[in-house]
Amino acid sequence: MNTRISRILQSGVTHAGLVFVSVVFLVPFLWLIATSFKTNSDVAESVLLPVGDGLFGVAWDRLNLDGYRKLFNESPIWSGMIASAFLASVTAVCATLLSSMAGYALAKLRFRGHKLALGLVMAAVIIPGPLLLAPGFVVLHKMGLLDSYWALILPAAAPAFGVFLFRQAAIGAVPDTLLEAARIDGCGEVRMFFMVALPLLRPMVGAFMLITFLGVWTNFIGPQVVLQTPGKFPLAVVVAQLRGTYYQEYAMMMAGTLMSVLPVLILFLMLQREFISGLTSGAVKG
Amino acid sequence: MTTLNVDSSNVRVKVKAPVSPLAKRSAIAGWLMLAPWLLLFITFTVWPLFMAAGLAGSQTFGPKATTPVGFGNFRNLLADPLFLVACKNTILYTLGSLFIQLPLALGLALLLNRPDIRARAFFRLVIFSPALVGAAFSAMMFAVILEKRTGLLNLILNRLFGWDVQFPWLQEHILPSLIIASLWQWTGFNMVYFLAALQNVRQDLLEAARLDGAGPIRRFMLVTLPAIKPVGGFVVLLSVIGSMQLFELPYIMLSSSGGPENRGLTVVMYLYQQGFEAGDLGYASAIGWVLAVFLMMLALVQRKVSGDSEVQT
Repeated sequence: MNTRISRILQSGVTHAGLVFVSVVFLVPFLWLIATSFKTNSDVAESVLLPVGDGLFGVAWDRLNLDGYRKLFNESPIWSGMIASAFLASVTAVCATLLSSMAGYALAKLRFRGHKLALGLVMAAVIIPGPLLLAPGFVVLHKMGLLDSYWALILPAAAPAFGVFLFRQAAIGAVPDTLLEAARIDGCGEVRMFFMVALPLLRPMVGAFMLITFLGVWTNFIGPQVVLQTPGKFPLAVVVAQLRGTYYQEYAMMMAGTLMSVLPVLILFLMLQREFISGLTSGAVKG
Repeated sequence: MTTLNVDSSNVRVKVKAPVSPLAKRSAIAGWLMLAPWLLLFITFTVWPLFMAAGLAGSQTFGPKATTPVGFGNFRNLLADPLFLVACKNTILYTLGSLFIQLPLALGLALLLNRPDIRARAFFRLVIFSPALVGAAFSAMMFAVILEKRTGLLNLILNRLFGWDVQFPWLQEHILPSLIIASLWQWTGFNMVYFLAALQNVRQDLLEAARLDGAGPIRRFMLVTLPAIKPVGGFVVLLSVIGSMQLFELPYIMLSSSGGPENRGLTVVMYLYQQGFEAGDLGYASAIGWVLAVFLMMLALVQRKVSGDSEVQT
């Protein structure tokens, strides 16, 4: 009896703690939404919604759409959204296709130079991105790619980490016997990859596409270095420039931030299972 | 690794006799499928990497004008007060996120892993969701959240504990500001890794230890900790690599600068300033090499410590 009571008590405390932590993590999101509708003076006066005598004690009439109006009229937010959506989806598809093919080839096919290529991948996984920032800029300059989307898509379409992940996934999920059987039936090697292996790698395909999409969507330093024409800037750069040097328009800044964060949050909510399994697979398997 | 080798030699022996075209076909297909990735990889990773070696030994103004300086860049770096400040800030930030964020993430994972927790998926989702925001956007949020008079944090602390609304987070206490912002953003991300690791803990061992009279702390130290150690090492490494490359958060939060007295200057921010604001891509490359060598050494240490368990297959 005594242990049962203490167990219930313990579980109650644990739940209360988790609810508290969740509230702490949620409040910045709620505040982000609220701030995008508030006036600058109300931002200082109320934590979330302005206090007044409307419904639930909230001054609903002091909320307004000025921040959004300013955002859409005075900043290149539309072109930013189109740029981000284009860059993120094209890069995600290309990077997934190229690294799944390469990863599968390194896992399942034997050829001269196979060891060398594998060593290259393993070494490249630990190269930190900032090291390539300055020389990468010189290479893009030499190729005449600066200020074009190619300069962002092509380097990101060949991630070493992707090959590493897909090689591991192929070793685990694609049985050799199945490939042998398909070979005996006369199936070509490349066709075999698309018809036999790729369906088996589906979970990793989904997860890796999402991870790449998110990485490109939130990338700031790449476009900041490579792009010069403001009309080409993706959301991360457009939104960062909403910060005025002397006078801050909080509602507009937060409206822009919300418009950038919301699409990704929705995408993730729809596909969260694949995302989390993909994130952790690199660490747990192996 | 070894088993794979045995496999392939077996195949080769089998193939050598009548069906040799098959092996040839496999080799052609292998290169064919590797080629698109390899081409881009050589152009945009290997080539810049070699160039980085050359650049680090020269002083440049933009991508065209270069003068060779040998190891001069590295000598200058060691005596460059701004670089040393950047290193200090970055290391302090890394230690801060390591010793505050990771224990918190592990604690939350342990709580969420208890079988009697309801709405587990909901809690996990809520705590993880800031990881989706992206550093550039969370920097925008925290630029306002940490503002003096109008910021959410000072307002809430003021209502709850009578905290000073004028507390200068972004004007003076920049390092704590960075740690708070990244705490919100990355704790849930690390928690997800720890949760996955906790699935490797054998319940029967925990139960046996409990029956033998081991308390919760001893059970954690003797059963749980050894089981999550490999993933734990990986999470620590990932966290250090990420923290050492901190850039967007302070750069945007402090309006494209290192902030007052460069208290928010980080190594990558200094690299960016030198390379793309001052135009010395050589000096920037030298900074990149210092960072890279430091991180590679850490990765080697981590591999030694955790017994090479992750990277091999």
